[in-house]
Amino acid sequence: MTAHAAAAPREVAPQGSVGVHTQKLGMWVFLVSEVMFFTALIGSYIILRWGTNAEWPEPRTVLAIPVTALNTFILICSSVSMVKAYAAATRDDQAGLRKWLLLTVLGGATFVTVQAFEYHHLIEKGFLPSSGLFGAAFYTMTGFHGFHVTCGVLSMIWVTIRAFRGKYAGGKFQGIETIGLYWHFVDLVWIILFTIVYLI
Amino acid sequence: MTATAGAALPGHAHADDRSFVRKYVFSTDHKIIGIQFLFLSLFFLLVGGLLAMGIRWQLGFPGQPMPLGGWLPQGVAPGGVVAPKTYIGLVTMHGTFMIFFAVMPLLVGVFANYLIPLKIGAPDMAFPRLNMWSFWLMIPSGLLMTASLFVLGGSAVAGWTVYAPLSNVPDYTGVHLGQQLWCVSIVIFGASSLLGSVNYITTVINLRAPGMTWFRLPLSVWALFITAVLAVLAVPVLAGAVIMLLFDQTIGTHFYLPAGGGQPLMWQHLFWFFGHPEVYILILPAMGIASDVIANGARKPIFGYASMVWAMVAIAFLGFVVWGHHMFQSGMNPTLASAFMVSTIVIAVPSAIKVFNWLGTLWRGSIHFTTPMLNALAFVSMFIIGGLSGIFMASTPVDMYIHGTYFIVAHIHYVLFGGSLFAIYAGIYFWFPKMFGKQLDERLGKVHFALTFVFYNLTFFPMHILGVGGEMRRIYDPTVYEYLRPMQPINVFITVSAFLLFTSQLVMAWNIVRTLARGKQADLNPWRDCGLEWTVASPPPHGNFATTPTVYHGPYEYSVPGAAEDFIPVNQPPAQVAETRR
Repeated sequence: MTAHAAAAPREVAPQGSVGVHTQKLGMWVFLVSEVMFFTALIGSYIILRWGTNAEWPEPRTVLAIPVTALNTFILICSSVSMVKAYAAATRDDQAGLRKWLLLTVLGGATFVTVQAFEYHHLIEKGFLPSSGLFGAAFYTMTGFHGFHVTCGVLSMIWVTIRAFRGKYAGGKFQGIETIGLYWHFVDLVWIILFTIVYLI
Repeated sequence: MTATAGAALPGHAHADDRSFVRKYVFSTDHKIIGIQFLFLSLFFLLVGGLLAMGIRWQLGFPGQPMPLGGWLPQGVAPGGVVAPKTYIGLVTMHGTFMIFFAVMPLLVGVFANYLIPLKIGAPDMAFPRLNMWSFWLMIPSGLLMTASLFVLGGSAVAGWTVYAPLSNVPDYTGVHLGQQLWCVSIVIFGASSLLGSVNYITTVINLRAPGMTWFRLPLSVWALFITAVLAVLAVPVLAGAVIMLLFDQTIGTHFYLPAGGGQPLMWQHLFWFFGHPEVYILILPAMGIASDVIANGARKPIFGYASMVWAMVAIAFLGFVVWGHHMFQSGMNPTLASAFMVSTIVIAVPSAIKVFNWLGTLWRGSIHFTTPMLNALAFVSMFIIGGLSGIFMASTPVDMYIHGTYFIVAHIHYVLFGGSLFAIYAGIYFWFPKMFGKQLDERLGKVHFALTFVFYNLTFFPMHILGVGGEMRRIYDPTVYEYLRPMQPINVFITVSAFLLFTSQLVMAWNIVRTLARGKQADLNPWRDCGLEWTVASPPPHGNFATTPTVYHGPYEYSVPGAAEDFIPVNQPPAQVAETRR
């Protein structure tokens, strides 16, 4: 019948059965689960705020919206620089890749820093997770988003280090696209959170 | 965390230059990870079973000192008698261990890991390193859950469904740390489950060997794939809900606390949005395993392969729109309840398609009553009983009467033990020779099956009667109720049967230990199966296949007229088949 397998594993073909890079496909599946996670939080927020008669403060009376609007802009800019980084990678432009990756790290890190100052300020004002449902929902949703950005920044720092070592040269830039997907997803979640938590 | 994923796919040029730790402890090989999951979850199956024995002792002989109960601390079991709080802790932790740490990892952790790459012709999972993490996250998760049994104040006591606000106000239960450990453990468990599921989905989509088209996938792989999709969609919702619960317990939020404007009912919605797909996570892989084993045991192609696949897809989809049937008594709008009732009853259609297809497969087959086959047949028959009792619960007027009684306890054990666990046993007996290269003793296997099947039914069938008679679920002492006292002999009967059922499992444990120590070498293809996994050595080498196999046939080419053998391996070139036909 069939010859017995000798112990010689082969490399997994990155372009698999359906013509999509395995790493990219895995990231998309992971993002589906992330969508469900944030759906649970956002869904609960909608129920608690609009599905009940709970008292809800006007967000602008508690939160500093102009500062966060600027922060939102910075995060969106970091998505743009991520796109530029990927574009540079596809052209095998290593200098461009490093420059845009650094800017992306900078954008993400700025966002998290501003958020940390925002938390500090709010806590000093006495606005805590235990301050009613708004406090609970605000800290849970923005906190988990901040956690995701922090994970993204740490991964991005690692990717940047690899870029400086030339690991993405010669057409091996799939990692850039993969982390880019995550980065844009986190950005998109923030746009939704900023709208429903701060603006509405 | 993200960019590293793909870097974990090196071409291992030399198979066995890995150190012992890399090979057997922090292994990235899907086969070793599957075996690690096997022993871990069998251990938790034992723990869950022991807790169940404690429950049964108290229900059969309420107020009497438990054997060995004197060894327990006085606060837990004064004078050897299970205290009320200990009892409800036993109920909670039995459910938790069995569902999250025994049956789910047995079905998914073991069989998805072990079978998917071998059955689709892949050298390993898509992300072997993430796969390793998926197992090693189960260790802290399991340790925390086990530790919660021993902390001050005891383990979680709010039931495995940890309904709020009982679960988030320590004053109600006297349990503080135990409930928080439960939450942390489940969040880590969720991360583990997620990493596994992302891997399974990506692997099935992208790593299939040439010729292994979607509709040549064995039904076990289909089932595990659909299960992984369910897990990816449902488990994050549980994680979100449990994190909010944990915040309620620790940092003073009020998500589920009416006192602060929160919604206790929201917990039930979020939990069951996860919880009902979870039910199918626990049964779909069992259906897949049973399909593979039954086709093999009947020496016939599975009847209605495509309808089997679409039935599973339908069950998975419907599984997301039926969660309200757990909440008929929660005060939900009766109109909404009717909608949930209808969607739930509709699930009977794809389930019946599957059952009739199994019967159609058996019809005029040349049935070999091997141990795996016996267990798979038990799966089908017990699943029918469990499925039918599910219809009672799905109908709101009937559910009003039997909700929260022993009828539901009987139902869940008919699908989770009678369904899932028999299929797990079928899978373990069937693929044990593949995993370890040694064949479990058939005689001991049949003894184990017969004892389990008999005592299982003696244990759980009478629970239907108790339930209709009005005995409440999670009750501490049935004899304090006048109207339940005449049924106490049934409780004694169940308890004795349950002890015998537990003892019967030692036969399997002995079989495994004895076979591993000095079992006979298994044949290359002991069940004469068509699957790709039987075309390599047992256990398969690191990397599985020397060269990428090519698949030419569907998964169940048994008893093809004119073929030399009564099975055609999926990778046998058509020319060879034609040759043997001549």
